[in-house]
Amino acid sequence: MKRLPFSAWHFVLAPLALLFALPLVWLLVSSVMSNAEINRFPPALWPHGINLGGYRYVLGNALFPRWFLNSFIVSAVAVTANLVLGSLGGYAFARIRFAGSKVVLGLMLATMVIPFQLTMIPTFLVMKELGLIDTLGALIVPSLVTPLSVFLFRQFFVSLPRELEEAAWIDGCGRLRILISIVLPLARPALSTVAVLTFLATWNDLTWPLIAINSDSTYTLQLGLTTFQGQHHTQWAAVMAGNVITVLPVLLGFLLAQKAFIRSLASTGLKG
Amino acid sequence: MASVVGTFTVDPRSRAAAKRRARTEGATGWAFVSPSVVIILGLSVVPVLWSLLLSFQVNDLVSPSEWVGLANYKALLKDPTFGSAVSHTLIYTVLYVPLSVIAGLAIAIALDRKIAFIGLYRTLVFVPFVVSAAAQGVLFSFVLDPEFGVANSVLHKLGLPAQGFFSDPGQALYLLVAISLWSGTGFCVIVYLAGLQGVSSELVEAARIDGAGRWGVLRHVTLPALTPVTIFLVLFQTINALQVFDLVFVTTKGGPLGSTTVIVYFIWEKAFKTFTAGYSAAAAYTLAVALLVVGVVLQVYRRRVASR
Repeated sequence: MKRLPFSAWHFVLAPLALLFALPLVWLLVSSVMSNAEINRFPPALWPHGINLGGYRYVLGNALFPRWFLNSFIVSAVAVTANLVLGSLGGYAFARIRFAGSKVVLGLMLATMVIPFQLTMIPTFLVMKELGLIDTLGALIVPSLVTPLSVFLFRQFFVSLPRELEEAAWIDGCGRLRILISIVLPLARPALSTVAVLTFLATWNDLTWPLIAINSDSTYTLQLGLTTFQGQHHTQWAAVMAGNVITVLPVLLGFLLAQKAFIRSLASTGLKG
Repeated sequence: MASVVGTFTVDPRSRAAAKRRARTEGATGWAFVSPSVVIILGLSVVPVLWSLLLSFQVNDLVSPSEWVGLANYKALLKDPTFGSAVSHTLIYTVLYVPLSVIAGLAIAIALDRKIAFIGLYRTLVFVPFVVSAAAQGVLFSFVLDPEFGVANSVLHKLGLPAQGFFSDPGQALYLLVAISLWSGTGFCVIVYLAGLQGVSSELVEAARIDGAGRWGVLRHVTLPALTPVTIFLVLFQTINALQVFDLVFVTTKGGPLGSTTVIVYFIWEKAFKTFTAGYSAAAAYTLAVALLVVGVVLQVYRRRVASR
């Protein structure tokens, strides 16, 4: 690799990047501090050693492992369902001619502008009727498929050349078979975009779990963390350890699949 | 009898097969889209109409509701808490949207060059965006804790007076703006960075040759080319800002002294804390109409720019 010449821009960009990173560094640092260091005045700016008391507390005495599992279940089901239902719907809207498809697609896209506050009370009442309030089902059902997932798949499938499918069609392959064995293997960008956006939305959501869940054993991580902070506001090391556990899956996912994350999020902007 | 279409001879049997296939195609299409249609339309169209009915009723989510016509909307207009919720939301939006978009553009331009560590810089600027509002709120509640927080600790080291932060009604709302800028600017940066790749380098070169300086290129080439991106970001950030809730819930719960009660916090409180669902629905409809107006105005503006 060619070495790049030193640029004066580093004097601007390095402090700037540090400014954005600093709160997260502090999150990690304070999660391994002892309560004595934090409760001193003025509080310590750097720990004297690594103290895992906070982590031991949240993993042993609190429900964090349970909340982690709940969040994982909700996100995993939502991502899988969005990939399956979104690609089925997106494929039909892109390729199959059927009565009413344009109207239904238009209606579905129109629902994207409906703000959540407008639907939250009736959705709560619907979930109550279904007996799902205070269960993970109440979190899963509304996130099974979003209009954005269907739309992103549709846009991707429209851009694929039809010729790829024609040979299989003439051989008498059914639509489902064509979708699974020919189209989806080519659709990795769309699959990863929908997976990333669905995971971010479900893992990070607070408002809906706050409304739909009452018992602490059914909390998601975001709701659990928020409640935990309210009850333990003198045990900051433990709160920050819980916060690290809440943020870590998203951060790791982001660092491992940075390109997919950035492309997904930027694409919502450029096509939007 | 075989009929002739163009130069092909079409066997009537295969025409029947094609018809049959077209019929099953329709069934297949509906089978593919019906799960999405049921879930998406069922959980949007029905609730939207239901909310509208609720907004004309008194409803506590439990007992049968009572029809009150426009009383909820009239009460909203006179409710000083709603009035201040609107003004807090507007202050938050008017600060957050332009600052995040302008900072996003400036940082994107700074990051749009091939130098060492540029990937690392981009990652660090963007990474707060994927952190949930709940996690941000909990983190900054600690950093800004008047007693145990590192912020006052640093102020102390610098010989500056300690601050109340979230316990100070004069500061809380502005701190929420600052936290949102920390996490939300990165999104503007990556969208602008993607947009900058689409700015024609030939145009930039041509402007340079014509004697344009850095500012000239920015003003007359780069910015006009980025206008659609800018309109999208203003729309996106405004819609998000008008709906801010999670961060407020985690950090201040609308306080101190109601200084950070924003519209969605008001809506949530009325629905799920005081159980006045009809009143809450009326506030939600008011917000939705405002969002729709913002959306339509910016879309019309975008069309006009695009057709120029």
